[in-house]
Amino acid sequence: MNLVEKSYQIRQDVLDLVYNGKAGHIGGDYSVCDILVTLYYHVMNMSPEKVKDPNRDRFILSKGHSVESLYCILADQGYFPKEDLKTYSQFGSKYIGHPNNKINGIEMNSGSLGHGLPVAVGMALAGKMDGASYRVYTVMGDGELAEGSVWEGAMAASHYKLDNLTAVVDRNRLQISGSTETVMHHEDLGKRFESFGWHVIHAPGNDIEALKKAFAEAKETKEAPTMIIADTVKGCGVSFMENQAVWHHKVPSEAEYIQAKEELKAKEARARE
Amino acid sequence: MNKIANKQVICDVLMEHAEKEKDLIVLCSDSRGSSSMTPFADHFPEQFVETGIAEQNLVSIAAGLASCGKKPYVASPACFLSTRSMEQVKVDVAYSHTNVKLVGVSGGVSYGALGMTHHSAQDIATIGSIPGMRVYLPSDRHQTRALMEALLSDQEPAYIRTGRNAVEDVYEEGNVPFVMDQATVVTEGTDVTLIACGEMVLAAKQAAEELSREGISARVLDMYCVKPIDEAAVIRAAEETKAIVTIEEHGPIGGLAGMVSQIVTSHHPVKMAAMSLPDAPCIAGKSQEIFDYYGLNAEGIAKKAKELLA
Repeated sequence: MNLVEKSYQIRQDVLDLVYNGKAGHIGGDYSVCDILVTLYYHVMNMSPEKVKDPNRDRFILSKGHSVESLYCILADQGYFPKEDLKTYSQFGSKYIGHPNNKINGIEMNSGSLGHGLPVAVGMALAGKMDGASYRVYTVMGDGELAEGSVWEGAMAASHYKLDNLTAVVDRNRLQISGSTETVMHHEDLGKRFESFGWHVIHAPGNDIEALKKAFAEAKETKEAPTMIIADTVKGCGVSFMENQAVWHHKVPSEAEYIQAKEELKAKEARARE
Repeated sequence: MNKIANKQVICDVLMEHAEKEKDLIVLCSDSRGSSSMTPFADHFPEQFVETGIAEQNLVSIAAGLASCGKKPYVASPACFLSTRSMEQVKVDVAYSHTNVKLVGVSGGVSYGALGMTHHSAQDIATIGSIPGMRVYLPSDRHQTRALMEALLSDQEPAYIRTGRNAVEDVYEEGNVPFVMDQATVVTEGTDVTLIACGEMVLAAKQAAEELSREGISARVLDMYCVKPIDEAAVIRAAEETKAIVTIEEHGPIGGLAGMVSQIVTSHHPVKMAAMSLPDAPCIAGKSQEIFDYYGLNAEGIAKKAKELLA
């Protein structure tokens, strides 16, 4: 199975999870899906056998509300049985609406925005202190960038020349209240991070081949952390969800579920050819 | 008069361990001087992390270091550490369960005349209300050393608050009774119990001496472990003495008084009085002037105890 097929399969799993659990942030799950698939199936030195390996790569989903995509990937890779996800969002479940490090494969809890990058800085710093080979990855939302702590972390990452750190912005340009540029504008985002001393790569964030190249470039970059600004589409993969802020955390109706499933299946089949 | 501040003892103990414990890391937010950590930064530059004036980043970076096996000690003024970075403590330290030790220096009204921005009269309330966070306010340099040795051997998050200046010894060198998470009985007594933490323990001890001269037997409990509080010691105090006075360098809400009264009311109600800083910006002045103004001294405590027993 190629990774494009995989991404549409994961999107179908997410659809089932959100539809059955009657909760979730499906729009952001779909914008970030290809970034997570690229990281987990291609880039990162991480697997269920390596969860305690000190040399494993580290990942923090800073935009923790996209946890449904992460859960489906972790289940698909065998970090826990897929069956476990039947309890998602149910009373007493550990599979809650944000990452929870009681779950195998999840390093740190997140959900409150603006934490992932500073924590990742600490992980990367520890790697530098130990002369370790692991790399640290975090994915943030673009609305999240209004948090001041993101910029505290950005400052420290370049100060300590953390070239073992790669951060990604899932730049889908929508947040709960509407356009990110209306709520609090971020442009020129690349220049902002460059001025903080980061190596910045712009990439189409729903294009797995382009993402592979961006992560490879990040790995080759020395003396500076890398920020991949991944231009994505919120709700990517389902026609009626794409670029619609309302799908930030809407649960599909039965009719919407059926249509979304058909579209994703068709795209998965096309990717197979 | 002792010249060694409790915060300096923390630096001394960390330096003694840092030589053989290479995972021990100290982090400061442009606070190496104010937290007495300059000697550590100078002697162990490889084990020292400067974050600049960015307390949120300070705590998150520490949590990231801890998740990769480091043993971070975060030293920053208590006023900023306990409020500016409260969410980082809640999420990255307590909730993610990382072995981060937070050292809040110059706590309470140590910064006296600098005003409310620099007072930390809410740190027991903020940090103590977070599930999984322990809160310690050692009373003197000897107890600070014993506490640090205990904390160095565990893997759980904790917050330690110290004052700014050297304080008189409560205990004698070489005779420092200390059991982790158990209140220390400074003075035995049967009429009234004075439960204090941090710099208020000395005042409580002096109050007990005054009361003794008037024939009143006061027990003094050094509740350096504000959380987890020594519940058994509080219950014994309620059962064995007629009244309890709590004394703390903290506001009246969410501190030692509330924690003690929760135990007392549900186990063995006795008369209580809570002595604290006010629920208002504190008056300006040196620490001792502020304590005196609010009656947080031997005379004030003894007076309160007598009122309760009357």
